[in-house]
Amino acid sequence: MRRFLIGCGAASLLLLAGCGGSNQSESVKPKEEATKTAAGTPPATDEANAGSVTGKVSFSGDKPVMKNLSMDATPACARAHSTPQKSQEVIVNGNGTLKNVFVWVKSGLPDKQWTPPAGAIKLEQKGCMYEPHVFGVMANQDIEITNDDPTNHNIHPLPKDNKEWNESQPPKGDPKKKSFARQEVMIPVKCNVHPWMRAYIGVVNHPFFAVTGDDGTFTLKGVPPGTYKIEAWHEKFGAKEMDVTVAPKDSKTADFEFKG
Amino acid sequence: MYNAWLHRYTLVVAICTLFLVVAGGLVTSNDAGLSVPDWPLSYGKLMPPMEGGIFFEHGHRMVATMVGMLTIVLAIWLWRSEPRRWMRRLGFIALAAVISQGLLGGATVIFMLPKPVSISHACLAQLFFSTTVLIALFTSAGWGREATMVEDSGSPSLHLLAAAVPLCVLLQLALGAAARHKALGVLPHVVGAAIVTGMILWLVVRALVHAPLRGSALVLLAIAISQVFLGIAAYMSRIATLDAVQPMAVMVGFTVAHVAVGALTMAASVVMAVQVFRHVRRPLPHMTAGAAVEA
Repeated sequence: MRRFLIGCGAASLLLLAGCGGSNQSESVKPKEEATKTAAGTPPATDEANAGSVTGKVSFSGDKPVMKNLSMDATPACARAHSTPQKSQEVIVNGNGTLKNVFVWVKSGLPDKQWTPPAGAIKLEQKGCMYEPHVFGVMANQDIEITNDDPTNHNIHPLPKDNKEWNESQPPKGDPKKKSFARQEVMIPVKCNVHPWMRAYIGVVNHPFFAVTGDDGTFTLKGVPPGTYKIEAWHEKFGAKEMDVTVAPKDSKTADFEFKG
Repeated sequence: MYNAWLHRYTLVVAICTLFLVVAGGLVTSNDAGLSVPDWPLSYGKLMPPMEGGIFFEHGHRMVATMVGMLTIVLAIWLWRSEPRRWMRRLGFIALAAVISQGLLGGATVIFMLPKPVSISHACLAQLFFSTTVLIALFTSAGWGREATMVEDSGSPSLHLLAAAVPLCVLLQLALGAAARHKALGVLPHVVGAAIVTGMILWLVVRALVHAPLRGSALVLLAIAISQVFLGIAAYMSRIATLDAVQPMAVMVGFTVAHVAVGALTMAASVVMAVQVFRHVRRPLPHMTAGAAVEA
């Protein structure tokens, strides 16, 4: 019996070691800095002749019915709303367009290091929902995270190329300032206390990005003349790309369509 | 040698450990593993507000603390009262396992659910539960009685089969944990289920003919059959709620039951193996050699 027990113990330890050794945690992968030239000096861009890209993101197919969120597990969250809140996964506007689509210039820009704005983008936790649900920032731009709820939240971004972190924020706690160093489209953000809470951050090396709102349109301003790949990303329907050539002081249209 | 109070206490420890496995399953199924970002305190306190995911994560920590304390008492009790040296050692092995389990749990929080750590945490939970069940078995009145010995001349030997089954079950539990923590897909776990179920059926059929093994074999069979159905239900409920924006009760219920009955399957297979080694006379080396020559 003794020998059997010793044998079982040894075999179990071997198995345990084997079952835990396959994957390493997500490490921060260095990414090539696309905004720097080989010499390290940014070339001049033709800002005087900059144009713009505007468009709308339409939706075709059956309009999905979004499910109600159950906030019963945290009464403070349920009390914050007079009616049940719906999932923000797919929001089809009244004019048949899609809300919360992140549109950005994916490639084609000159090698230039754009300076992030000094102001921070605000991410609010209000009524146990993230506001905004989808937004963009420049790499190294501050994101100010506030908790307006009478309940604890944890803020947990799940990046692949940036550093992952997970921090708690008490009710009405001090705002947190965070930033992401590398371009990454998109970074999901979740709250494990309230599993329905989810936001998406598009981190871009340049300022040419936008998120569609209640009318489903977007505008990318100040785009230098050139040929670009524009990408529209939606959390449920994925990404679509389009090639657009912007002439000096040109205003181009780029409309996208997602099918349900 | 039989100490009724000690045996009752070991049963309490085993039941509380199963409850701890359930609490751990609830954390993972409710995606609440990182709802408390700090460890060993929770939101810098001993007792944070028990709401949302914090209820599951901090609740799991509270149950784990209780089981840890129960195990400390168990180890001391065995050390002070057990005449069997190996039993005293087993008490300290259980204590070392529960301490390691606590540290692994802390590492999952601090390092934000690294897959190898999360899977090891799940595997060690199953091993620790089986250890508590074994301690309960070894302190029972029945264990003190003289064993009824039986002969078994089948091939492979019942000893080999009985030793292989818990190892296969542990491997299968590891595959399940890997699927749950998204280190692997579900397919290896499904294939493993078919193999392990076959192994268990083989062992049970071989064991049922021996009266002293019948009870353990029937318990193992009943638990294994329940586990197969719970596995199917857990998978189907996951498919049915794939589009849900938050964990749904039906998925959580079936998955946690599957995890808990997985722990029971592991423990039942270990008990079955111990009973085989206790009651089945080992074939003598010259008999085995003779059989080989005849063959």
